[in-house]
Amino acid sequence: MIRRWRSVLRTPLGIAATALTVAVLVLAVVAPILWTDDANAVDTGNILAGPSGDHWAGTDNLGRDILFRTLVATRLSVELALAATAIAVVAGLVLGTAGFVLGRRPGRLVSAAINIAVAFPGILLALFFAVVFGVGATGAVLAIGFAGAPAFGRLTQTLVAGIESRDFISAARIAGVGRLRILVRHVLPNISEPLVVNATIGAGGALLSFAGLSFLGLGVQQPRYDWGRLLFDGISSIYVNPASALAPGAAVLIAGLAFNLFGESVAKGLGVGVVGGIPALPPVVPTLVTDEPLIEESHQAGTDLVLDVRDLEVTFPGARGPIRPVRGVSFAVRRGEAVGVVGESGSGKSLTALAVSRLVGEPGRVDASRLDLLGTDLRARDSRAQRQLLGTSLAMVFQDPMTSFNPTRRMGGQLAEVARHHQGLERRSALARAVDRLRSVRISEPERRARQYPHEFSGGMRQRAMIGMGLMGNPALIIADEPTTALDVTVQLQVLDLLQAIREADGVALVLISHDVTVVGEVCDRVLVMYAGRIVEDLPAAALSGEALHPYTRALVAAVPDMDTDLDQPLAVIPGRPVDPADVPPGCAYAARCPLASERCRVEDPALVPAGPGHRVACWHAGEPIDIEIADREEVRVP
Amino acid sequence: MSLASSVAPAPRVGAPARPWLRFAVRRLGRLLVSLWVLVTASFLMIHLIPGDPVRAALGPTAPASLVAARRADMGLDDPLLVQYWHYVQHLLTGDLGTSMISQLPVSQIVSQRLPATLQLALLAFVVAIAVAVPLGVSMGVLTRRGHGRRTELAFTTSSVVVGIVPDFLVGVALVYVFGVNLGWLPVAGNDTPDAYVLPVLSLAIGPAAILARIVRVEMVSVLEADFVRTARAKRLPARTIYLGHALPNALTASLTLGGLLLSGMVAGTVLVENVFAWPGLGSTIVSSILNKDYQVVQAIVLVYGVGVLVVNTLVDVALALIDPRSTIRED
Repeated sequence: MIRRWRSVLRTPLGIAATALTVAVLVLAVVAPILWTDDANAVDTGNILAGPSGDHWAGTDNLGRDILFRTLVATRLSVELALAATAIAVVAGLVLGTAGFVLGRRPGRLVSAAINIAVAFPGILLALFFAVVFGVGATGAVLAIGFAGAPAFGRLTQTLVAGIESRDFISAARIAGVGRLRILVRHVLPNISEPLVVNATIGAGGALLSFAGLSFLGLGVQQPRYDWGRLLFDGISSIYVNPASALAPGAAVLIAGLAFNLFGESVAKGLGVGVVGGIPALPPVVPTLVTDEPLIEESHQAGTDLVLDVRDLEVTFPGARGPIRPVRGVSFAVRRGEAVGVVGESGSGKSLTALAVSRLVGEPGRVDASRLDLLGTDLRARDSRAQRQLLGTSLAMVFQDPMTSFNPTRRMGGQLAEVARHHQGLERRSALARAVDRLRSVRISEPERRARQYPHEFSGGMRQRAMIGMGLMGNPALIIADEPTTALDVTVQLQVLDLLQAIREADGVALVLISHDVTVVGEVCDRVLVMYAGRIVEDLPAAALSGEALHPYTRALVAAVPDMDTDLDQPLAVIPGRPVDPADVPPGCAYAARCPLASERCRVEDPALVPAGPGHRVACWHAGEPIDIEIADREEVRVP
Repeated sequence: MSLASSVAPAPRVGAPARPWLRFAVRRLGRLLVSLWVLVTASFLMIHLIPGDPVRAALGPTAPASLVAARRADMGLDDPLLVQYWHYVQHLLTGDLGTSMISQLPVSQIVSQRLPATLQLALLAFVVAIAVAVPLGVSMGVLTRRGHGRRTELAFTTSSVVVGIVPDFLVGVALVYVFGVNLGWLPVAGNDTPDAYVLPVLSLAIGPAAILARIVRVEMVSVLEADFVRTARAKRLPARTIYLGHALPNALTASLTLGGLLLSGMVAGTVLVENVFAWPGLGSTIVSSILNKDYQVVQAIVLVYGVGVLVVNTLVDVALALIDPRSTIRED
């Protein structure tokens, strides 16, 4: 608690607000004691005088000192505001907890009433109550208090609802403790902190509202005076002595701001982390010799490369220095090829995809010694030509089709936009192409569907539409990041089939990112296995079962249940946890979980080296036999 | 959700029309209930006043026979329910009663004063939106993803402070600077076009600051959304991403919160009108409260209340147009 209050005092605004609030409260106490006589002293020689040595803020129409009157008025103004706030809080508590105490049905009625009352602005409610309670200070206190009650009622309701379902409340209920007792003993203490904070802010509001009512002549009446009343008297003589209006106005403003900002600062109390710039990290040692061809000569590669990536790194600023979730990734994708990228979450596979497609936004930083799409260097500064190339030749399919479409725009328009911007089509022909693309991804009634909004599509349909959006241009490469993870199992196959069909028909290359090694094995020609921001193995999909060399790849394959899996045995999992990108150990990142790990693995990071035709692996013990018995028995859990 | 629609997917044909219909019915229902509450409250207002409102209005020196006659005119001696029934009947025919002080029909007083207040509120509304949206959007873009922390701090702090200052104090400050000190603009009445400047500004500045802050926060969070990443993946120009994709979504939440603010402006006219001697409902209601002319007060409270309800309804309809999903949302 004390630490949190200290954090309030750490921001300049918090310090200023606290100091002002204390000053206002002190003034409220001492000002009437010190200066009441000065404030009431009539100086008939100086009526409505401007500021002078005797009267710093001038005098009013009876020759009374404006400054002293403003200072003395602090007490009444603060007192009335606090009284009104107290009424608002108490009435709000009654309203807000009524549902809890009375039960569901009467509670619903109360909350409907609160909802209607909250819709009306406070000043209107205050005027209503001012009429009912009569003109004057008492009437105004009641008016502002009751006008503030609905807002506090709603706040209380929200807070109570948040705590109602907690275990200790249920336990007390089961124990037969009465509702009122639970409310007083368990609920109120737990919501008191936000209530007090909001009451402080509310006091600032009440102070300003009170000044408003008094300014209208509906609040404090002569001979008593608060700031609003002084302002009411002063505004009529603003041309003669502007200070007579400005002094009480400034006082209201300062006090209102002080309470308000003090409350806000307390509310913000908990410290907010600051993200700074990115200090440079030393570049990682290239994982392979740059001149070495990534695709072997026998594959006749080099001429038909769609994507060529070397030493790709992605860096983010972190609380304790830069974090590098992708640490030197090199691979290439040929025309029409399907490359799978597998790995656990946090392995850097999605970031690799985003980096390749230049979608890693600030504050992330992407570095690579080569990043070519269709022979064009993507590392160059953003240009129109580059945008056009990326917009038409590269299609992205994201994980969650639910959130990846703009909910406020029709589907047809969202597809058509690509053609309008990159192919210069007119609205009508762009829309026609969108309808055509929707049809090509097997969406029935595409004309009608194009006029619908994303929320009217089913999940699988949205994902197919997303693929269709990628087909608006003439993509040479589709990057699909977990395209089926968010979908029902029955729909997953449709989407995968569609991707496969597009690939076969148009010779489009596919990079399929997935945590599911089975999916990747079925759809892709080649598989990249990523661990802790690196490729640890690059192998033909056919080699996955049986010929995988890296112990991590073998563990991934072994973790998949198949027809031969003994259902009486718990499912195999990889023991240990994935590496935290902020804390990558020296040596091989997998060593801590690896059954083959030796001393060398913990010190020296293995490079990705060729290990047969179309096969690369980064492991000091590639292909060595693993004692399955030990691996299985060690920490086997049911996922 | 009905059982049928949760068991089997509803037939898709004609489906888009239904959320709209349900939205309209639900929204209209809420409007009617609120109206009923408002009418009842304004009716009860006169009866909640301690003592005899007629005696209070006419003063202690008025002869008892006059008070009795007025009470009879107003039907104050009838049973409460009968009075309520008559009140609602009269309202439906546009009869708001007669002023106890001036003996003029209240509907005449209201219709004389309403246009000036409406002008003030609408102009301030337009100014607030015209300032807040571009300001909020550009601040959102400038301060996205931890960019421009200094700008963000300066903007947030100043908009918080400006947002707290009540409209009548803004008015007093504007009067002092532009009226008293510089003498550029008139500070009272609405006779000339330049007389509109200060009242409209006093009313618009606070809400504009708050709204701009909300728009910025929403903009910053929307710029993180998946669909913005999709728009970036489509390599659209920055302007299209910000204005075409992000803005409509940022406005959804901004409008919800801003709606309260804007209905607050309707009532905010009361104070501002009193600063600038604006010949609208706001100055009339205050003088009527002080004169205990309760029939007029009652009618003006009703008019303000209806204004607020209309604004709230319009905001919800605007929301539904911008974001069709909001029609499905339960309230």
